[in-house]
Amino acid sequence: MKIKIEGGRVIDPTQELDQITDLYVDSGVIVAIGDAPDGFGSAEVIDAQGKVVCAGLIDLCAHMREPGFTRKGTIASETAAAAAGGITTLVTPPTTSPCIDNPAVAELIQDRAADAGFARVLPMGALTRDLGGEQLAPLHALSSSGCIAFTNARQPVPSSLVLLRCLEYAATHDLLVIFQPQDAALAHNGCIHDGANATRMGLNSIPETAETIEVARCLLLVEQTGVRAHFGQLSCDRSIRLIEAAQQRGLNITADVAVHHLLLCDEDVSEFDAALHLIPPLRSPLDRAGLRQGLVTDTLQAICSDHQPQDLISKQAPFADTEPGLSGLETLLPLSLKLVEQQLLALPQLIEKLTSAPARILGLDDGTLEIGSRADICIFDPAETWTLNPEKLRSNGWNTPFAGKTLTGRVKVTLLGGKVVYRD
Amino acid sequence: MSELNEAPASIQLTSSGQLKHFLTVEGLSRELLTEILDTADSFVDMSAQQVKKVPLLRGKTVVNLFFEASTRTLSTFELAAKRLSADVLNLNISTSSTSKGETLKDTLMTLRAMHSDMFVVRHSSSGAAHFIAQHVTPDVAVINAGDGRHAHPTQAMLDMLTIRQHKGDFANLKVAIVGDILHSRVARSQIHALKILGAGEIRVIAPKTLLPSHIEAMGVKVFQEMAAGLRDVDVVMMLRLQKERMQTALLPSEAEFYKLYGLTNDKLAYAKADAVVMHPGPINRGVEIESAVADGPRSLIMNQVTNGIAVRMAVMSMAMSGQLTDIQKQPELI
Repeated sequence: MKIKIEGGRVIDPTQELDQITDLYVDSGVIVAIGDAPDGFGSAEVIDAQGKVVCAGLIDLCAHMREPGFTRKGTIASETAAAAAGGITTLVTPPTTSPCIDNPAVAELIQDRAADAGFARVLPMGALTRDLGGEQLAPLHALSSSGCIAFTNARQPVPSSLVLLRCLEYAATHDLLVIFQPQDAALAHNGCIHDGANATRMGLNSIPETAETIEVARCLLLVEQTGVRAHFGQLSCDRSIRLIEAAQQRGLNITADVAVHHLLLCDEDVSEFDAALHLIPPLRSPLDRAGLRQGLVTDTLQAICSDHQPQDLISKQAPFADTEPGLSGLETLLPLSLKLVEQQLLALPQLIEKLTSAPARILGLDDGTLEIGSRADICIFDPAETWTLNPEKLRSNGWNTPFAGKTLTGRVKVTLLGGKVVYRD
Repeated sequence: MSELNEAPASIQLTSSGQLKHFLTVEGLSRELLTEILDTADSFVDMSAQQVKKVPLLRGKTVVNLFFEASTRTLSTFELAAKRLSADVLNLNISTSSTSKGETLKDTLMTLRAMHSDMFVVRHSSSGAAHFIAQHVTPDVAVINAGDGRHAHPTQAMLDMLTIRQHKGDFANLKVAIVGDILHSRVARSQIHALKILGAGEIRVIAPKTLLPSHIEAMGVKVFQEMAAGLRDVDVVMMLRLQKERMQTALLPSEAEFYKLYGLTNDKLAYAKADAVVMHPGPINRGVEIESAVADGPRSLIMNQVTNGIAVRMAVMSMAMSGQLTDIQKQPELI
């Protein structure tokens, strides 16, 4: 199958490439940029004039809900949503039921994703059995079955001794550990940032120390063990400072942020809007400024969606009784483009944080348009505006605080391994 | 820089600014609060008459939906509705539907299908009344009888009525709210009401464990000590301290709390000589208030109870009238 992507603005930070040119795909691989390779012959032509052509997006955190919670989302529905969002690879946390603490579950997820054919799904394995925080999960076997990294999700390992053992064992096999830091006692029953709005609405709050204490504990154990570590979906300015200081000490650590934390803050949570019940919660304007700065200084290397689809009933209750999270796959790119519009990042910089940076964090060869690499490609119109109607989302989760909002930037075509998996 | 729109216009008002739900005091105008107090005053006089009924809610069905146990609030709402000639249904949901797994939304939709005209709702979750008014039954008047830690607007308004009866204008008043501010929906509504009515100074007095963060943002002065906090105040509003609080790390013991924050005649001496004492009830004698104070000449606790019926009659009649105006403007809803 040959494809010529014609006349688009091809942006690839890995080659410092940003020019209007043609891109050629053959047998699932990028074979040329600029002139057609000899004997390329006839091909399907995708007109990319006025569009941006970049590597398919790599999302470091997207909940698929399968197995276990298929009323909220399935691998088929959520990977279809990913394709519509220009995302070709996504990492899914182990908080399924059963959780990803044995190879069979890891393999089932990848098989179902392959059957659906919309996006590559890389499972994160559980760090401890049943995410219980007591017994080490079979990390080596899980890794052999395709788990790209290991995490105890947002359920911290209570015993620092157990956590130390987990990190030592992961370091033994050079496995990547991902922390989604949150102290259980400080976050207990909380549903909103500990600020004036929480007090006004009388909601149980989550102080920033719920995150920073756990970041600090994990950083010290990472330093002791030398394990490869990544911190996901940070929400506080002080977390960024801790990460920055550790990076300056030479620790091999990376971090990401969910795009909505760069745009919204706790002051937006008004009138008990359950669509804004998020964990980690939207923090203060100062925290948001710190996260945005962390993005610029590259303390935060990547931006993710933190996609958490919910069924309608999970959001139809008083604020604290609803389930947290937003459906984010199909808004990741347009929301991220706001950072360019706001002149925080240049477009190639943004694309790096959505493609090659997450690939590097995960140790993948993807996230690039280099000749010979897999043709995972996103073609989007950076200027097209559209109104977000939740019912038109491909995701089963219609839970978005951006419903009815006008977004700029729309994915037109997504290629996965050289095959068109989405066309607007 | 927000990416979302401003909060929608208050959902508790009609387009012409009439009350159609009563969910929170926050955001209402001084004129509207004064209208509630004036209307309530007229019902206070009426309640002293031989015939205590008016036909303002005749033919209407009021459902008291209490997802949390209550004696005082439920009975005053029931009496208020009956004195307005409404048909009243009391539902204690905590022991009914929710224990069978029914969602709040389904419970409400069922009751709406029975053609109820007004829901009086108490729920343990903050925002429950907003949720019902916004997403479940916008065409039924919703009165918040207490939601989580968020609001208890009729309690605050009966407190304001009591203060006005005894002190007149709010402008020169110093008011202290004492005790468990953190868990108190009453305190939050009192603060909003006092601010809107223009009280001279609003203080809160509590140990840090019982104060929510950023409480100053609500426009209050924070005190940790009774001596300083009660100095020169005109009104002392005590809050109930739930005994369960001792089982966590919030307070060491009832005795220590009483010693430091319990309102005794000794501590009341810090306030102005004519300062009055209020409490939303039920009171814990010897925990947050001394019997001699609760039963003493400066206590307005019983006046508060009497005023509670009048205030509830006022907001129920006003919200029903606002709701009817709204429905007449949108005939397709009928």
